[in-house]
Amino acid sequence: MIKKNWMYWLFFLALFLAPFYLTEFRLSLLGKFLCFAMIAIGISLIWGYTGILSLGHGVYFGLGAYCMAMYLKLEASGGRLPDFMEWSGVNKLPWFWKPFEQPVIAISSAIIVPVLLAMFLSYFTFRNRIKGVYFSLLSQAIVVVFVTLFIGKQEWTGGTNGLTNFSTVFGFSLSSPLTQIVLYLLTVVLLLSMFLFSRWLTRSRFGRVLVAIRDSENRVRFLGFNPTTYKVFVYSLSAAFAGIAGAMFVLQVGLISPAMMGIIPSIEMVLWVAVGGRSSLIGAIIGAIVTNGAKSFFSENYPDIWLLFLGGLFIAVVLFLPNGLTGVYQSVRQRKKQGEVRANEASSHVLQRVSRF
Amino acid sequence: MKRLKGNGLKWLSLLLCGSLLVLSGCAASSAVDEAKEKKKESSTSETNDTVKVGILHSLSGTMAISEVSLRDAELMAIEEINESGGLLGKKIEPVIEDGASDWPTFAEKAKKLLQKDKVVTIFGGWTSASRKAMLPVVEQNNGLLWYPVQYEGMESSPNIFYTGATTNQQIVPAVSWLLQNKGKKFFLLGSDYVFPRTANKIIKAQLKAEGGQLVGEEYTPLGHTDYSTIISKIKDVKPDVVFNTLNGDSNVAFFKQLKDAGITAKDLTVMSVSIAEEEIRGIGGDVLAGHLAVWNYFQSTDTPENKVFVEKYKEKYGKDRVTDDPIEAAYFAVHLWAEAVKKAGSFDVDKVKKAADGIEYKAPGGTVKIDGETQHTWKIVRIGEIQPDGQFKELWNSGEAVKPDPYLKSYPWAKDLMN
Repeated sequence: MIKKNWMYWLFFLALFLAPFYLTEFRLSLLGKFLCFAMIAIGISLIWGYTGILSLGHGVYFGLGAYCMAMYLKLEASGGRLPDFMEWSGVNKLPWFWKPFEQPVIAISSAIIVPVLLAMFLSYFTFRNRIKGVYFSLLSQAIVVVFVTLFIGKQEWTGGTNGLTNFSTVFGFSLSSPLTQIVLYLLTVVLLLSMFLFSRWLTRSRFGRVLVAIRDSENRVRFLGFNPTTYKVFVYSLSAAFAGIAGAMFVLQVGLISPAMMGIIPSIEMVLWVAVGGRSSLIGAIIGAIVTNGAKSFFSENYPDIWLLFLGGLFIAVVLFLPNGLTGVYQSVRQRKKQGEVRANEASSHVLQRVSRF
Repeated sequence: MKRLKGNGLKWLSLLLCGSLLVLSGCAASSAVDEAKEKKKESSTSETNDTVKVGILHSLSGTMAISEVSLRDAELMAIEEINESGGLLGKKIEPVIEDGASDWPTFAEKAKKLLQKDKVVTIFGGWTSASRKAMLPVVEQNNGLLWYPVQYEGMESSPNIFYTGATTNQQIVPAVSWLLQNKGKKFFLLGSDYVFPRTANKIIKAQLKAEGGQLVGEEYTPLGHTDYSTIISKIKDVKPDVVFNTLNGDSNVAFFKQLKDAGITAKDLTVMSVSIAEEEIRGIGGDVLAGHLAVWNYFQSTDTPENKVFVEKYKEKYGKDRVTDDPIEAAYFAVHLWAEAVKKAGSFDVDKVKKAADGIEYKAPGGTVKIDGETQHTWKIVRIGEIQPDGQFKELWNSGEAVKPDPYLKSYPWAKDLMN
């Protein structure tokens, strides 16, 4: 146990010290990957632990990102109308944009808006005992609804171009390296607290109920628990994580568009978790970093055929590593343990036999 | 007591080691920073005999089919410059990146090209969304981007040169020509994204001012393929002209279904702004024959430069390949940049920008000139009729190059568009 903990701390220490050994560009990439890792933790909670496969987390990510981006856009416009509204024929700032002039409101709604949507959606589906494939399909439908809405309402959302071209956050220039380092460290802190909270949650009684729901929801219900409450809570929690990830993503990447909340990114999010190992929180984080790192690495070095490498990676993981990358580590450890046990058993057998004689 | 002492020593040594590590880390990173600063001062990626430029298009994903040809055209232009002795005594070394039809990837790769490879300029982009994603990156890093595709205007970044048409070099003259030659009743059809919506806003204002009549306006999601409802609407309202801003695959579906519904170019004129030779190859010339498109260049444009250009392009990339407007704009963008570098005598972004004003180049589609104020190019406008063999027959051209006006300042009716 201590040994395992030691590895976690080393991992997070390496993340904290990244500004010292990575260039500005690599650091901004890592910061982006860590935002994805936040989403991955949430998906691991609902998929790996509770058995809810959501193919629609792009929406929560996007909502969080848009809330933050609206604030940044207003700050960049300096009291004037955002540029895309001007050429879309809007004369006055729409009422729902007004509150986002306040950073506190923008940041808190980056969490509250996704959570409210998740609560609404999950309460009505889980209460009616809609689960499995039906829930996955429903989550895809939500993605389509939101993407269409955001593209169609160009005068309010910037359409397919999305929101971009920000200059400052709280008066600090977004392009200065120092701001980016601070934002990066903030991302690491947020990721670490999400990780610790989720670890505590999964090890508590609450977490055991989640696993029980995954394995047999009816039995849990017969035992007197109400699975709906648990599922709604954990689903909304993962939406909150995705929302925070979106806000941090916008701050570091400086761009959000409907394409990033679409069906393909939503499925990709699940893929990261599958690569890392779905029932391991640290696995989800590693999966998000490794997959996106590989994507950047391959596409930089082999711009013509990089998709083949990435596809190969996915196929290899699905075929040979059904429990993801962390599954390999665990099975190695288990084999070692089993080996030890077997050796012990064998020796005790010998002893028994010897004693019989 | 003895034990404690030993422990204390261990702690002390650990602390020492730790602080040493941190210190050396700091020193190393500041050394790296210094090295970076120095590199920046010694003006970017120039070595003694090469200079790096970035090429950033989608080589995978939905946009790859269009953007790969732009990369090919840019590489051909770079090769030409290198063959004729390079630039300021240096060979140009292209660094190719894949934008993967994904807008954050465009931002990421543009950052990589500017910060890591330290390229002196980037040629790239197709969709407006990709340009908008790259814009803050090139502005913050004071880089240079050459964007080669016609677009919706309303933009002029100090770090971007636009070699494609803005609205007053494509849409506005096309609408005026249609009103004079084809009729007053317009039906607007577009894919649901920024370009069609903005273009149609402009068209509606122009129709009002020039006596046209709007009889319908429809948008379909990108990739939409069922146009039967819209075609029956078109049959109901009987427009003289359908102004088509559909993008990609939707065009195939729309034109095939239009033909199946028994509507030919004789009954109804469809004017398109996103269908060039490359797209005709995908849809089929027989389906499109008789319909119109407006561009600044056709493969059939009759200039001596174009004959050489088309021949060379086909020889290099295959007999079945075609050239079109964005390909030509990507090609001459490289040459315009090279001319500006020669005039500036330097690869420095600020000097090149300053030198670029008024630079002319004999492009395949006619002479183009950079307008220093907007950093757009003067271009000739051409309206062509699609022939069954997939080529255009030019019906009209503006004669001389039209001055770019991305904010439509010289059109009184456009005042209400921008508050």
